[in-house]
Amino acid sequence: MSSGRHLATLAFLTFGAMAVPAHAATIQIVMQNLVISPSEVSARVGDTIEWVNRDIVAHTATARNGDFDVMLAPKKTGSAVLKKPGTVDYYCRFHPNMKAMLKIAP
Amino acid sequence: MFVRLSIAVAALSLLSSAALAQGAKLTDPQIAHIAYTAGVIDINAAKQAEKKASNKEVKAFARDMARDHEAVNKQALALVKKLKVTPEDNDTSKALSKQAADKLAELSKLKGAAYDKAYIDNEVAYHKTVNSALETQLIPSASNAELKGLLQTGLKIFQGHEQHAEHVAADLK
Ligand SMILES: [Cu+2]
Repeated sequence: MSSGRHLATLAFLTFGAMAVPAHAATIQIVMQNLVISPSEVSARVGDTIEWVNRDIVAHTATARNGDFDVMLAPKKTGSAVLKKPGTVDYYCRFHPNMKAMLKIAP
Repeated sequence: MFVRLSIAVAALSLLSSAALAQGAKLTDPQIAHIAYTAGVIDINAAKQAEKKASNKEVKAFARDMARDHEAVNKQALALVKKLKVTPEDNDTSKALSKQAADKLAELSKLKGAAYDKAYIDNEVAYHKTVNSALETQLIPSASNAELKGLLQTGLKIFQGHEQHAEHVAADLK
């Protein structure tokens, strides 16, 4: 009886522990010639966004709501883990003509 | 506003009249020289601002300008070397340099908040002028595809600078 429950708990714990990493994805977004693509990305809380800067100048990925501000040196990559759901507009502080959006599901 | 606008207009007409004075379409060696000169001008203005500016945001903007224009000019030098093109001095480059030297001297007399405002206002006007010249003259005149491509990327970077400068100018008010 009690060992059966233990087993169930163990199974639940294992499943629970594995469920989150299995869901979390890494999504790549490219910045090239001052264009962010894709400009609209759907993601989930826990996902990692990886921005790849292919330009000769530095960019940033700066959330308008303050959730992230990632510095991207020329020809380098930077990332942020999404912590909250919602629609987040972000831009480059150095070149505010670069704009994009993340739709983050819970 | 009026002063700023008229400076931009004057610079633009200088640019186009100088180009027209040459009678023909600008050549790639001339275009390369003009684009490179335009970058050097903004780097010099940025170096002055890094020393003279008092506002933190203005100082940071100046650092961004020096860094980006140096990166673009480095790329431009690598390209002309690869294409075996020798940049050729011309009336437009000369007019731009002369005007920039006058502006630098004028800015050097200012201090504090007055300097910050004058520098940023000039950055807005200057990027407008250069972007318009790139769009209407330099890019359409460029023959080599790689040179054209670099000018197009440059235009997008400098349009970013124009907006960035406008934000900084708005924050100063
Ligand atoms: Cu940028």
